[in-house]
Amino acid sequence: MTATFLGMPRVAPRGVGALRGEQSFPAAARQALADDQLRRNLGHATFTIRAKRAAVVAEVEDWEELRLAGEAIKTATMARLDEHLERLEKSVQSRGGVVHWARDAREANQIVTELVQATGESEVIKVKSMATQEIGLNEALADAGIAAYETDLAELIVQLGHDKPSHILVPAIHRNRSEIRDIFLREMGDVDPSLSDDPAALAETARRHLRAKFLSAKVAVSGVNFAIAETGTCLVVESEGNGRMCLTLPDTLITVMGIEKVLPTWQDLEVFLQLLPRSSTGERMNPYTSAWTGVTPGDGPRAFHLVLVDNGRTAVLSDEIGRAALNCIRCSACLNVCPVYERVGGHAYGSIYPGPIGAVLSPQLTGVEDNASLPYASSLCGACFDACPVRIDIPNLLVNLRAQHVEAYAEQHRLPSAEAIAMAAASWAMSEPTRFVRGERLGRVGRLLGRKGRIRRLPPPMSAWSRARDAPLPPSETFRDWWVRTRGGTPGETPGGTREGTAGDAPGTRGDT
Amino acid sequence: MRIGLFVTCLVDALYPEVGKATVQLLERLGHDVEFPETQTCCGQMHINTGYQSQAIPLIARHTDAFEGCDVVVAPSGSCVGSVRHQHSAVARRAGDHDLARRSEAIAAKTFELSELLIDVLGIEDVGASYPHRVTYHPTCHSLRLLRVGDKPLSLLRYVRGIDLVALPDADQCCGFGGTFALKNADTSAAMLADKMTHILETRADVVTAGDSSCLMHMAGGMTRLEVDCRTVHLAEILASTEPAA
Repeated sequence: MTATFLGMPRVAPRGVGALRGEQSFPAAARQALADDQLRRNLGHATFTIRAKRAAVVAEVEDWEELRLAGEAIKTATMARLDEHLERLEKSVQSRGGVVHWARDAREANQIVTELVQATGESEVIKVKSMATQEIGLNEALADAGIAAYETDLAELIVQLGHDKPSHILVPAIHRNRSEIRDIFLREMGDVDPSLSDDPAALAETARRHLRAKFLSAKVAVSGVNFAIAETGTCLVVESEGNGRMCLTLPDTLITVMGIEKVLPTWQDLEVFLQLLPRSSTGERMNPYTSAWTGVTPGDGPRAFHLVLVDNGRTAVLSDEIGRAALNCIRCSACLNVCPVYERVGGHAYGSIYPGPIGAVLSPQLTGVEDNASLPYASSLCGACFDACPVRIDIPNLLVNLRAQHVEAYAEQHRLPSAEAIAMAAASWAMSEPTRFVRGERLGRVGRLLGRKGRIRRLPPPMSAWSRARDAPLPPSETFRDWWVRTRGGTPGETPGGTREGTAGDAPGTRGDT
Repeated sequence: MRIGLFVTCLVDALYPEVGKATVQLLERLGHDVEFPETQTCCGQMHINTGYQSQAIPLIARHTDAFEGCDVVVAPSGSCVGSVRHQHSAVARRAGDHDLARRSEAIAAKTFELSELLIDVLGIEDVGASYPHRVTYHPTCHSLRLLRVGDKPLSLLRYVRGIDLVALPDADQCCGFGGTFALKNADTSAAMLADKMTHILETRADVVTAGDSSCLMHMAGGMTRLEVDCRTVHLAEILASTEPAA
């Protein structure tokens, strides 16, 4: 038997889809931070949803065991992803569905476009779906003269506002209700101008607007939350029921799913249908869970197509640490607890996948060079890991991605970056105690910069610190010097201190005045 | 018990009083403290900024320095977090399996100060006295990497004369995050602003924490705004014998 090396799996292609932003995270974050309305909307929304989640998670006694089970099922599934996908394909085919394999966003868009064209229709209605946002399906359909109508209320707000989603679960989280009222009045055409910003009135207006679409559309496009390999069943969980309208009324249903969404058996669902609603909307159970298996004559769509999309996922799977990002069930709990997301919102991340999970998923799907600032968009506080229902160790993945970015940069550039030079110098200086001590003494020149025990302005690159913060004045005596002075020993020569001399200075007094 | 002090590079260079307080506290409790003078820095900054290969000499240095100690203590949740959760993984990724194994042994005997006092030495009342209004900020790495939980608060509750007030949204990050504070300075400062707001709501004279790095960040904001609150490390409060006024 001979082996043929087929090359490393490809990342998501450039020029299509919504995985890449136009500017770096720090630049986009600066703009977002300047928007007071945005910060208020986000702060209010994330606070509310955090509290709801915490309450419903606390009432589940075996929550930690459920998380462990979720992690274990996902990890085991990813380890044999190819087998599960082929089983899913056979199951779907045996129930009258058609399965398509798309290597990337471009292929997936082309498949869906041709399927819609084959029906002769020029309109589709859509169930909320991250996968179709990721591949830029609406734009591809528009290029082919096909109009796609979002039916999820928040996605509708985003679409009517000619805007971009900023949250996985609540795409219009950056909008408050008066902004939504203004969008409806401006874009829907047939709305009573006296419409209030009462949530019930806004929902009723959207309901009337969408109902006409549900009754006339012949083709629907959806994503999935889960697809069960053993039976070929696809599932969507939702709150509004609009998804179910799309899944049952049209003649043709086209479902687009990332290949990581497969689960081996129905039994596995037991775990995820507990983890997902509590983590995402903070509900014990979501109002609507729709499941469909191929086509059922006389009931629902007469044609069903399942498009399996890779778009960089196999590349993610090849990374031993990074592959955990594929376990994500898109609950968005990590966004809601993230102190960075809460302050800058989803748009700053550039990609359709914002927040902590986006910061580890997007750079892996595109290759880290195309989302190079995202792995650094975190203080590594770890709140995301604690909230994650499938225990993705996001801080660890971020640190791993940072290493990959630094190493890729070094490979691609002949000259090291200023940061790399500084880091190498610091490593050199700190790897030998004698050099470390010399460095500490050199640092004491910092005392010249300050007064009243602090430094108000630092030279670049540290000036980014002192724009908003003072820096401490280095003390006249380091701990090491104090130890040597009071306990004997020579800095950097004898390992292990000796205990001669007295207890030394009193705590809480600084020897730097 | 002979306790090796892993003082951390930040405390050594910028906050020596925190190291002194740690020594004095442990000696007051009747323990011998040694300071392996070949220690420098654990390499966390390198690891968390992506420079793992440059961190290897620092991990090796750290491992060499502390191999002879019975038990190691650091006045930092973050640096202990790096030793416990990063060192062996970074060494293994670099293919240095010997260093990985040795650093695991160091990790197993390295403790953050409140962990050492409560879990190893079995003491909650350290005999301290500190007559001030104090609020406690649990640092992210002590809370979510080491899971120290309420241990620092348990120690603080025994301090004579202390007026301990709860910090609203205490578990929210102060925005430091090492080089995050430089690379994403605006976001970091926005997080700091909210943290300072909550600190000021407590009307505490002192905010304390188990990490000098986070305290440096908060102090940088507070002295810039010239507010009436200062930062003091947990070790300094536990070492204090300041009599009630």
